[in-house]
Amino acid sequence: MNEPSIQAVGLTKRFGSFTALDSLNLNVEGSKCVGFLGPNGAGKTTTLKLFTDLIRPSSGEALVNGVNVHTRKKKALESVGTLIETPEIYPSLTPREALTMVAETRGVPAAERKKRIEDVVTEVRMDEWVDKRVGKFSKGMKQRINIAAALLSDPRIFLLDEPTTGLDPRGMSEVRDIVKSLKGKQRLIFMSSHLLSEVTDICDEVAMIDHGKLLVYDTLSNVTSRFSGGENIVEVGFLRPLDGGVNGRIASGVPGVTSAERVDDRTLRIRFNGGASTQERLLSNLVGMNLGVISYKPASSALEDVYLNLIKDTK
Amino acid sequence: MIALSSTQAESANRVPSSLTQVRVTMKYTFLDYFRSRRFFILLAIVLLISSALTIVIGYYRPPGLLSSDLSFYSSWWGISAVLLTALFGIFFGGDAISGEFQNKTGYFSLSHPVRRSSVYIGKWLAAFLASSIILVVFTAVTLGNGVYYFGLSLPYQFGEAVLFTWFYLVAVLGSTFFFSSLFKTSSYAILVTAVLFLFAFNLIQLLVASFAQLEPWFILTYGSQIIGNVLSTQYPPHVTTVRFGPEGRALTAYNATIPEGLVIIAAYFIVTAILGLVLFERKEFT
Ligand SMILES: Nc1ncnc2c1ncn2[C@@H]1O[C@H](COP(=O)(O)OP(=O)(O)O)[C@@H](O)[C@H]1O
Ligand SMILES: [Mg+2]
Repeated sequence: MNEPSIQAVGLTKRFGSFTALDSLNLNVEGSKCVGFLGPNGAGKTTTLKLFTDLIRPSSGEALVNGVNVHTRKKKALESVGTLIETPEIYPSLTPREALTMVAETRGVPAAERKKRIEDVVTEVRMDEWVDKRVGKFSKGMKQRINIAAALLSDPRIFLLDEPTTGLDPRGMSEVRDIVKSLKGKQRLIFMSSHLLSEVTDICDEVAMIDHGKLLVYDTLSNVTSRFSGGENIVEVGFLRPLDGGVNGRIASGVPGVTSAERVDDRTLRIRFNGGASTQERLLSNLVGMNLGVISYKPASSALEDVYLNLIKDTK
Repeated sequence: MIALSSTQAESANRVPSSLTQVRVTMKYTFLDYFRSRRFFILLAIVLLISSALTIVIGYYRPPGLLSSDLSFYSSWWGISAVLLTALFGIFFGGDAISGEFQNKTGYFSLSHPVRRSSVYIGKWLAAFLASSIILVVFTAVTLGNGVYYFGLSLPYQFGEAVLFTWFYLVAVLGSTFFFSSLFKTSSYAILVTAVLFLFAFNLIQLLVASFAQLEPWFILTYGSQIIGNVLSTQYPPHVTTVRFGPEGRALTAYNATIPEGLVIIAAYFIVTAILGLVLFERKEFT
């Protein structure tokens, strides 16, 4: 079987005189998770709507597995699970009925339907609600059902538009776990987000967009190293307030460290050159200094720096 | 190995034919009509009208109305069937397409390997089926009364009138679905349907015929007159000219002939169905 792929060729969308998406060229191929990152209003939803034929391109084309989504939608979306914005489900139906409708529309074999529906409903933790009418559900509950609908036919490609919006923190992490588990099943996941941490956490590659223009598309590590000159950042939390000289001691005393700045009196942001082994050495040095390290996490801010720099440049 | 097994599972899914997808849309739209109670509200309205007619006629026994079977069916069915059909359009057609945009349910129902036309047709069929069930109930009550007063010998004209009503229903639903694709706001689609079918068409028809002295062949309700006319003892002439006033001014009245009426109804359905489909295909979810 061919590798799954999605491809934008000169994809442009204008609303009147406003260009929401400006000749996007993007070719994503293979089993991977691509984070589609950009601030509010960047053109992410516009792109995903073009890939599901909810809107038409002004010019250019959106292709899924080489098939034009607008002219041959039924073929193109054959194995694509989607979640665009927050879809509403007919309020009079129950999740079981709404999902049966999706299963019948997508051709999930009759014999498997019941089980598939129960599986996906369990996966999004909505078992309790499966026979209650959707009309009274909260936004987050509906979003869980929408995620279940995207998973239902076990498609090879997922187009997800900010799938964690509307969910509580636990729901967000559950959805991230679901997406991560898809990665183990050889799926292509194209997921928009305005949350850097989410993309760093889940994705292998990142495409950044702003003002309708693609800024960069590459693997996560290439993007961060390419734009930050190989520098990495960790955030370290301490038990006690730090004395004044400590950042200087760390910056000069620990090999690889280029700077240590205070975020507040118990948090330091340390920049260093090098990969995981340097990071490990840094941590053991810090612990050795007996400063009371209580947390140590790689800041998603490496990506954040790239992001902010790139976004700043497009005006 | 995980990859292999899941790829196998997935290849077992075959996107069904568009015909099957039409049926799926129809089934769930119909379920929604039931659940959202609009089906039962309309059914209640029809039962209310039917019982009111039954009681009034049974109590007062109006001699004119009961003078012949034809005049009975004409009084009972002639006006009410056309009005009822307009209600079907308002209840089942008005928000059928516009609601998908306004309520964002289209994001759920259309982001699948399904043609928009399949969804449109499925929804149309659901509206037609729901309307037909209620119309069957109304026909049954009409027949019950008719048989009670005049026995089993039904005038064939009643059969024609019922048939024409169903045909008119097709055109009314075609038109309301067109308005429903034209507007993104359901209330506009419902309002336009209600205004047009409950009085605007009749008004325009009257104005065109009496003042412009033109045959209003382009008005759907002009065509639908065949439903009532076929039940009159003598089918009214196509054109009648009456002279009145001191100068003897001529006033012409028009009645659609049966073939003409059928063509008008068919034309409305065909044109609005095509336009409605094209509009829905082109409409964007923004
Ligand atoms: N129907 C529309 N008419 C005019 N402008 C629109 C329309 N839809 C989206 N836009 C504009 O296009 C830009 C991109 O929107 P969108 O793709 O929704 O951004 P996001 O990246 O937040 O998902 C925004 O500036 C938005 O205001
Ligand atoms: Mg968006």
